[in-house]
Parts: sequence; structure tokens; C-alpha cells
Amino acid sequence: MSTDEPLLRVEDLRVEFPTDDGVVHAVDGISYEVAQGGTLGIVGESGSGKTVSSLTTMGLTRAQGARISGRILFEGRDLLECSEHEMRAIRGNDIAMIFQDPLSSLHPFFRIGSQLTEAVLTHRSVSRAQAQARAIELLELVGIPDPPRAVHEYPHEFSGGMRQRAMIAMALANDPKLLIADEPTTALDVTVQAQILALLERMQRELQMAIVIITHDLGVVAEIADDIAVMYAGRIVETASARTLFAQPQHPYAWGLLRSIPTLSGPREAELVPIPGTPPSLINRPSGCHFHPRCAWSQPDHARIDPALEDVPGEPGHRVACLLSVQERRRTWSELKAGQAPP
Amino acid sequence: MARYIIRRVLWGVLLLVLVSALTFVLFRVLPTGDPARLRAGRNATPMDIQEIRVNLGLNKPLIVQFWDYMKGIFLHFNLGYSYYSSAPVKSLIANRLPATISLTVGAAVIWLGSGLAVGIISAVRRHSKLDRTAMGTALVLISAPEYWLGLIALYLFASDIGQLKILPGANSYVGLSSDPGKWFTSLILPWLVLAATNAAIYARLIRGSLIEVMGEDYIRTARAKGLTERRVVLRHGLRSAINPVMTILGLDIGVLLGGAVLIETVFDIPGIGRLNYDAITHSDFPIVQGTVLIAALFIIVANIVVDIAYAYLDPRVRFS
Repeated sequence: MSTDEPLLRVEDLRVEFPTDDGVVHAVDGISYEVAQGGTLGIVGESGSGKTVSSLTTMGLTRAQGARISGRILFEGRDLLECSEHEMRAIRGNDIAMIFQDPLSSLHPFFRIGSQLTEAVLTHRSVSRAQAQARAIELLELVGIPDPPRAVHEYPHEFSGGMRQRAMIAMALANDPKLLIADEPTTALDVTVQAQILALLERMQRELQMAIVIITHDLGVVAEIADDIAVMYAGRIVETASARTLFAQPQHPYAWGLLRSIPTLSGPREAELVPIPGTPPSLINRPSGCHFHPRCAWSQPDHARIDPALEDVPGEPGHRVACLLSVQERRRTWSELKAGQAPP
Repeated sequence: MARYIIRRVLWGVLLLVLVSALTFVLFRVLPTGDPARLRAGRNATPMDIQEIRVNLGLNKPLIVQFWDYMKGIFLHFNLGYSYYSSAPVKSLIANRLPATISLTVGAAVIWLGSGLAVGIISAVRRHSKLDRTAMGTALVLISAPEYWLGLIALYLFASDIGQLKILPGANSYVGLSSDPGKWFTSLILPWLVLAATNAAIYARLIRGSLIEVMGEDYIRTARAKGLTERRVVLRHGLRSAINPVMTILGLDIGVLLGGAVLIETVFDIPGIGRLNYDAITHSDFPIVQGTVLIAALFIIVANIVVDIAYAYLDPRVRFS
């Protein structure tokens, strides 16, 4: 494998769940790459397919009768072709995952230490004592005070931030090459959120692992991500480097996300602008551009034409799925930045 | 923890006194046979009956009789004497206890084992043919009255009246110490009948509990660790799903130790339930009083044991 080969490459991934009400198109043909040691932020509202796509990477959607197509290449190997047995060897070993609510994600009846040693023993042939030593080392690594005592405690005896640290310690047990963090800070206090993000960044530097961070909060990815993919209704509607996306967003939905973040630098009287409407049903999606019912700039034919994800002219690595012309989008964004309201 | 247990035990004792008082009053207020007349026999003169009444203390006011009874229990652990045989109630109960314990514990092992197996498989293969068949069968077993199942079992398999004479039928109970082999075979039918209904209830309970637990976030975490599905279900899932089952198991065993009246009667097993049943038909008040007290004791003890066990099963529970 050459070094410029990405660690994870997802190609045209589709995940559908047949239900009594119809087929849910949870993920609708998304493609993205994560470089070795890089960080990708996947941003979107709840129900945009961001969690399903990452659970599929872990091979955890299969049991639920999902129809999956496309390719998920991890180190050149298609995970969708792997057997359940092969996936088990990858899960928690090469690819680890942490979740939104650390309290409900830890087993309430097992001690922290036993949950950590289990993660170690699942993938390594070491003695119980060695696994216990590794558990203490991991808790130390993620900054939990007094690890030799902490391993004997139960999750309910930890604070919210400590629990997420313990979850991270468990995910790092086998030095994964890729960590998928699904809304890792959403359930936490704001001050703790910053600590957890700092911890993830430090772990990434020290262990040289890649991170896919899934969030609805652009503020979170701004701090940590190299690249950002914005998802809407099961599709990626815009993808760019973090710097480009914050400076020159091209998709009206990304504008909406950016304008709904409070800033300290803007004028105090500037109001936060919510995106009107609600996320669409993934069973009966809007025709044409899925975002057109909520888009202030939509034209009559946008309800008919389905935009493809295309390169933004003159901006390598920046892709957007929008039917407006690039000049129109650049002009509109500079107007919005200058404080002008949309039509 | 120690203070909690002491408090629970004291409440339990108070509850037992109340249960005794209630039984005492119920038995005297409700129209039953006059124990003195029953004991005196057919040709007794009123004088004889009056004498027996005085001997048994039945002429004293109810409250005095109750006081004497309580004094006997607390000071001498004396539960009184049978009106019929004059045998001490304490030893009558002690003689009957092994049969009831044998019946209850054996049946509990069977119903817990089969309930767990069926419940887990049904939960893991939810909505499969296997699941539907198992849950349908469970519904039938839950709906079938125990004594009816018992009679059917005797009709089919009992060595005396059965169509297939393969197992000992009614009135075949032998004590464990006198002949372990016969003890075992004589209890197979009662065990299975008593276990059948409970196994069905437990299978449904475990299935429901496990299905709920398998949707928890920590199960997803367990899978994300790369554990085998078997380990996810049996260690992470079952560990949580078993808690409500253990609570009910403790109470069910407590209730049955007080006497499985129907099964003991159908299979003519000399247990506490059978003792109680016979005593009621003979108006043998001290035995009724004693068996009710023992039954209440088992239930109270089972409750305390279950509550204490819960603290060990669920580390989040702490007593205050």
C-alpha cells in the first residue's frame, strides 16, 4: 500500500432500511476519504445519515435488515466484503468508536476496569494481570485521576466527562488506526466539551490515528477537523477543507449552519438565523434538490433537477451539490457575511 | 446495610404477628366446625365437650387465647398442638418441610433453566418461527390450570392409571434420605407440572427483558469492541436482563415453600400445602395457624433476601 493511499475510502455508499412505511434512504450514495492520521468532520442535522454511515463502517448495521451497497475501503480492503468474523477482528482493534452518551454507553453493572480489560483481552493474547495493567495505563493516558482506584469503580460513580474519558480509553485499548467519534461532546457540559476535544487532539497526535468526528455542531469540527463533509438527507452536499468551508461555503445549507452559530466577534445585536423548516423524511424525500423546500434561493426548476456533487471551479478539493451558479453563490455568501438578509 | 437488615427483620416480625392475629380472628369469626365437638367424637355428652373446650383453652376470651399463643411462640417456639392427633404443630411442619422443599427447589431449577433457554433463543431470534412457536406454547401453558395439567400428566404417564405407565404417579413420594432414586422419580411428574406454568412465564419475561436490554447503548458498545455476538448476549445482555427475573424468582420460591397446595394435593405429596389443606377440612385450627405462619415467614424472608440480593446484582442500588 502506497503512503498516499487514504486510510479509509468510502465509495458510493448506500444504506436503505425497508420498513412498514416504506424504504428509508438513510445514506444515499456518499463518498469520502480519510487520510492516515487525518481528521474528517461529518456535519449535519439529526436524521441526515451521518451516524448510519459510520455504524456501517463498523459493520454494525447489518443485523437490522439493512440493504447496503458501495465500497468501504479500509487500508485497501473492502469492509462490506468482510465476513462477520473478519469484521470482529477489525472492530475495537483497527477501528474503534465512541458514542454520544457515555453513561448509557458503558455497562452499568461492570466495573470500569473490567470493561477496559475486556476490550484488551478481546484482541490480544495477554494475561488478565497484563490487561489490568493496560487498563490502568489507558486511564492514566486519558487523564483520569488515580487510575488504580478508578478501575474498581462503576460508571455511575464517574462524572459525565470522566465517563467519556473512560469510553475514549476503551476505544484506544488496542491502538486503533481510526477512531469514529459520534457526537462525542453533545451530552457534556460546555467546559467539559472543550476538554474532551483537546483530549482527542492530543491522543491523535500521540497515537497517530485518524478520526472521523460526527456532529451537528460546526463549532466542534472547527476546532479539530482537517476536512469537513456536510450531510443533508443522506447525501454529502458540500465537502472541503475546514479552512475553505468556513471561509467560502458554497451550499445554502452550509450557510444556514454557519449563520446559526453564535460568535463573539460579530455585533451584539446580530441575531442568530435558524434554518427554516425541518429535516426531510428519508422515506419520501423532496424531489429535485432535497434541500429546495428550505432554501431561500431555490428556483422553480430546482424541484425537478437533482444536483450532483461537483468541483467548485478554481478551488481544488472543494465540492458542492447546488444548482446555483458559482458566481451567484460567491456573491450571495459575501452579501450574507456583510449582514444582508436572504430574500 | 446491617441497620437496613435489622429494620427489615423487625418489620417482618411485626408483620408475622399481624398475620397470626388475622388468621386467629378469621378462623373464629367465620362459621366453621366447633373444634371441641369435632374432637369429642360422635357419642360425647355436652359435659365432655365442655371439658375439652376448657382443656384446649377455647372458653377463654379471644384476646387471651391469642396472647397465650404468642407467648408460646416467642418464649418456647411452640406452635401449639393439633386438635386431632395432639401432635406438636412444630414437628408436623418440620416433617412435611422436606417434601415441599424438594418439590419447590427441583421445580425452580427446571423452570429457570428452561425459561432461560427458551427466553434467550426467542429474544435473539425475535419473530422467527421458533420464537412464535415457543411464545405460543408458553401462552397455552400459562393459561392451563396447574391442577388440570397435573391430572392430565397422571392420566398420561402415571404408573398406576396412566396410558403410558412410565413414571410413579400420585402418593408415590419417598423421602430423599430413605431412597434417593425413588425420591427423584416420584418427583419428576410434580416437578414438570409445577415448572411448566412458571417456565412459560419466565420464558416470556426473559425474552421481553432481554429484547429491551439488547436495544441499549452499552450493547452497541460491546459490539463495537469486537466481541462475539454470543458474548454480547450472554454476558452483557443477560447480566442486565436477569435482574427483574431474579426478583420474581425469589418471591415465587418463597410462596411455594409455604406450600404448593394444588400440586401437593393432586400428587398426594406430604408437604406443607397438603398439611394445610387437610387441616382446613378438619377445622384443625393450630395446624392452619402454624402453616399460615410458616408460609408468611417464607414470603417475608424471600422479600428480604431479594432486596439484599438486588444490591449485589445492581451496583447502583444502595440502602439508606
